[in-house]
Amino acid sequence: MKKYKEKKKYSKVAAKENKQLLILMIPATILLLIFNYAPFIGVYMAFVDYNPNLGIFDSPFVGLENFKFFFTSKDAIRVIRNTLGYSLAFLMVDLIFAVGLALLLYHLNSKRGIKIYNTIVLLPRFLSWVLVAFIVYIILSPSHGLANNMIEALGGTGLKWYSKAEYWPFILIIVHIWQSVGMNSLFYYSSLLSLDESLIEAAKLDGANKWQQIRYVIIPHLIPVMVVIAILAIGKSFSGDFGLFYQVPKDVGMLYETTDIINTYVFRALQNGSFEKSTAIGMFQSLMGLILVVITNTIVRRISPENSLY
Amino acid sequence: MAGLKKKKNRGQIILHVIFIIISCMYVIPFWLVIAVSLTDESAIAKYGYSLIPKEFSLKAYQLVFGDMTQLLQSYKVTIIFTVIATILSIVIMAVSAYPLARPGFRYRKFFTMFILITMLFNAGMVPNYMLIVRYLHLNDTIWVYIFPGLVSAYYLLIIRTNYANLPAELIEAAKIDGATELYICFKVMIPLSTPVLASTGFLFLVSKWNDWNTTLLYIKNPDLYSLQYLLQKILREAQYLQQMAGQGMVLADEVFPTESYRYAMAVVAAGPVLVIFPFFQKYFSKGMTIGGVKG
Repeated sequence: MKKYKEKKKYSKVAAKENKQLLILMIPATILLLIFNYAPFIGVYMAFVDYNPNLGIFDSPFVGLENFKFFFTSKDAIRVIRNTLGYSLAFLMVDLIFAVGLALLLYHLNSKRGIKIYNTIVLLPRFLSWVLVAFIVYIILSPSHGLANNMIEALGGTGLKWYSKAEYWPFILIIVHIWQSVGMNSLFYYSSLLSLDESLIEAAKLDGANKWQQIRYVIIPHLIPVMVVIAILAIGKSFSGDFGLFYQVPKDVGMLYETTDIINTYVFRALQNGSFEKSTAIGMFQSLMGLILVVITNTIVRRISPENSLY
Repeated sequence: MAGLKKKKNRGQIILHVIFIIISCMYVIPFWLVIAVSLTDESAIAKYGYSLIPKEFSLKAYQLVFGDMTQLLQSYKVTIIFTVIATILSIVIMAVSAYPLARPGFRYRKFFTMFILITMLFNAGMVPNYMLIVRYLHLNDTIWVYIFPGLVSAYYLLIIRTNYANLPAELIEAAKIDGATELYICFKVMIPLSTPVLASTGFLFLVSKWNDWNTTLLYIKNPDLYSLQYLLQKILREAQYLQQMAGQGMVLADEVFPTESYRYAMAVVAAGPVLVIFPFFQKYFSKGMTIGGVKG
């Protein structure tokens, strides 16, 4: 009887606590419901022939017509190819360059050096894409740009950077690395700071050279971080960085072949007022993203459960 | 032993050389922007952009500071929404991350999923646009910069993990003293988490300061242009740029310094963030670990 009473008392305290904790959740919950969950209702728009006078829910239902419109257009292949292609390329270069930079920082002994170099590579992360576009333009401007100046000084003829689509995969990948490698390497670098140095000492005693230390001690330590970053990146691989693809190529039509991704395409469709078609594409995009995250996470959970996202 | 030390030193020198080369790839573009903003327009037309101004001129800055009406207005708008949004966002996220870090919270799993879903799945550009324009009527108001995106799932989970890593005894001790959850959150957890709150807060602040697409989608009124959107207009529309500088400033027989004016504007607009950023940098390597998302 006494025990029962105590238990009851405990659960009463817990209920009070739970209530207080629930109250703390209210502001974030309301904001997410309005700005993240409510728009899901609007996804219905993807299935109607939208008429602004009738509103979303009274416009005539057309089934999958809007999806068909997108998938039968020649733009579909182009924008899907570009979106996925760049995401995959970014995922790989991010891994190589960010881990590489983190390793370089980790091996640097000078504290001041680490701080200075780190600050410098982080700088572009704090610029807007508009300013990055300014910087790219100052280098690639066909008439005054630094790149063409140098080519001409060496006796060549300047290239028309902003009218040839074939240059842009390289330009965009380089700009992406330049802008993001500092921040990305920070994730790996801060993980390396938690690496037990006695492991490296032990490897050294076993006669491991620098390369072997990296291969067998340091990289395995970084794998959990790599996996989480990769899962998040794969989940976003159908969206792509709107700022990079909209600002840096300056929305030049001649470059769409290699610079147009789903997000820039949807944005232009929105500007032209084809709401229902853009909604359909956006829905396809989100669904694919979700499927990819679930698949990747399931695979990761099978192989090494401790590295999965959920 | 001496040989080993020498070898080590050589390794360090090579590392420094690599880092200096990398740094150049970052410093030169910034240098170039400043150099061009200080170059006379006729020299740009003749020689192109160069790292050392062939003919030094402050004309572009005279024009930028000559008619600052639009620039100052955009600065004001950007500062207002950046400050309000950052404060609101950090307070809300610091508070709602706390229950998620309490193992005893009955709905912890539910709310964690509720938040995680928003990170993985979104309705897309158009439903968001419709909501904001047709239903909430936030377009052409300053609120459109502030409310959407106030709660970031990613930062919230980072803050949550930070709380969860603090010793549980702190909470127990406070509870024995009869503290309410709200009190523990504000007086125990938040003060102990300033590094992570500072770094997430700063990242949020930067993303707000750099916001151009909200203006692109929702703002027509020039009085509400954000700073970055103004820059975009200057980069892309030569006429807008001349109109902004005020016709009275340039004499009829003078060439308008389109190029240097653009870059002078870029310097004036980007400067502040790049100056305050190093003060926050120390929090980054400590506060930001990707493992923070998991848990």
